Amino acid sequence: MKILVCMKQVPQKDAPLKLNESGAWIREDVSYEVNEPDAYALEEALRQKEKHGGEVVVITTGPARAQQVLREALAKGADRAIHLEGSEFVSLDSFNTAKAIAAAIKDDQFDLIFTGLQSDDYGYAQTGVLLAEILGWPHATIIMSIEKSEGGIRLKRELEAGFFQHLEMPLPAVLTIQSGINKLRYATLIGIKQAKNKPLRKVAYAEVQSALGPNLQKIEKLYVPQKQKKTEMLEGPPAEIAKKLVDKLKNDIRVL
Amino acid sequence: MSDTILVVVEQRDRRFNRVSLETLTVAQAISAETGWSLEAAVVGSGIDTVAAEVAKAKVAKVYAIASPQLEHYTADAYVAALNKFVSAQQPRLVLMPHTYQVRDFAPKLAASLGRTLISDSIAYRKDGDRLVFTRQMFQGKFAADVSFSCDPPHFATFQAGSFRGDKAQMGTSPAPVEKITAQVDASAIRVKPLEIFKEAKQAVDLTQAEIIVSVGRGIKEQKNIELAKQLADALGGEIAASRPICDSGWLPMDRQIGSSGQTVAPKLYLALGISGAIQHIVGMKGARSIIAINKDAEAPIFEIADFGVVGNLFDIVPALTEEVKKAKSS
Repeated sequence: MKILVCMKQVPQKDAPLKLNESGAWIREDVSYEVNEPDAYALEEALRQKEKHGGEVVVITTGPARAQQVLREALAKGADRAIHLEGSEFVSLDSFNTAKAIAAAIKDDQFDLIFTGLQSDDYGYAQTGVLLAEILGWPHATIIMSIEKSEGGIRLKRELEAGFFQHLEMPLPAVLTIQSGINKLRYATLIGIKQAKNKPLRKVAYAEVQSALGPNLQKIEKLYVPQKQKKTEMLEGPPAEIAKKLVDKLKNDIRVL
Repeated sequence: MSDTILVVVEQRDRRFNRVSLETLTVAQAISAETGWSLEAAVVGSGIDTVAAEVAKAKVAKVYAIASPQLEHYTADAYVAALNKFVSAQQPRLVLMPHTYQVRDFAPKLAASLGRTLISDSIAYRKDGDRLVFTRQMFQGKFAADVSFSCDPPHFATFQAGSFRGDKAQMGTSPAPVEKITAQVDASAIRVKPLEIFKEAKQAVDLTQAEIIVSVGRGIKEQKNIELAKQLADALGGEIAASRPICDSGWLPMDRQIGSSGQTVAPKLYLALGISGAIQHIVGMKGARSIIAINKDAEAPIFEIADFGVVGNLFDIVPALTEEVKKAKSS
């Protein structure tokens, strides 16, 4: 199977973020890492390749710094990488990002495309589904297991409230992968060494620009959310606090 | 283009999903502010009862979009049916709850019409003659105002708990229901949905719970979970936890609240030893009332709590359980 994995570089989880001067985005001088769900998507692609053979290709969009996620993926076992390189890609909406990816892979014949289920920065959870729509492929989201079956794949999709569903679908298809579907591997020293010689194709913004349209939505402003609640602190020894809480449960919250 | 807001409500197994009431609440507010009329649609097969239930809400009209091909959810069939319907009706705004099902089809639906979806919004405001939607970014560290820069229909989804479902206004008489037979070509459905199942034996739908007692790392040891269970039992509520507790296997995964678990909006959320990491808060901040007990006065959970106690939960929780029992028996 030939699998493409879409990966995104996002600020590190505990990185202190600051607004930039325009107030529409964050200051770029933070530490970055791979978007966690995308790491699971890559791991799943590598496991599928180990089972069924084929090729794993990783793709990302963003400025030069984003190449790091591709290097790490190559070190873990991906065969080659595609970097849509340019700061212009950062301000694309999900639809345009998907269009850019579709344009960059038009000469490839993939069986499967994986993305993480959402990104830790925007959190739109849309790029994978949109990519399927643009390519005219079927898709499934929040996937917890993938098995090859006759004529396609058999999937386990996570639903809400502890439910799951099995699905079958033909290939090619786009899947968004849930975190925790597998256990992540570490890159080996040999892997890191080999990664340096693996092909990494750079695609400039100008090369895919004709496939893009105007952004259909716009982030106008980014800001620190305001605290909306006033917290009443209760004090005293445990027995007294218990009495005060029961009073609140009865008279304010009205659940007793 | 008609000046209409369309809410696509969710049904599963022909049962109305309560989270759709929250979408009706926000849609009614937008309708009141803009003067746009409000209509609802339900999609499926054999959905007359669900449509009748939706028609109790204060909406101008309910469309029951039905086809045997819509019996079991697939993104392909839903998009085919709704694409035709939205193209014909041309509402200004299409609103939906941000459920797993909606996440699966709504981006495709918007794109199939050359439009866009502002997903997972938590608020809106009217700015002149346009609407601006607020959504969380960077795991809730920032909020963003997002607007549409294309023609309507505009699509938006709302995070569970952003609005109160019990504030949805009911109509004085049922709204008219129009039945629409969707033409969905079976060959257009490429995904074959199979059985729906649970893995955990005692899986519970926490989204329907009115009282939730939730534990975090502050509970320290597995055996201490019992303290929280006793309190939950006394209150008639469900026990839940933050991710680390479930990862440790102290409670099953289906008890997890947060971005990777369930999103809940109960009447009462009692957080015991939960620091309030964003990943947890996004799953419970919609609770009507939040009580937090934590030994760390700086814990971010106090930012969103209505009532806070800084103290040792191992002293306070047993005392509270006894006091609740007393109150219930009196």
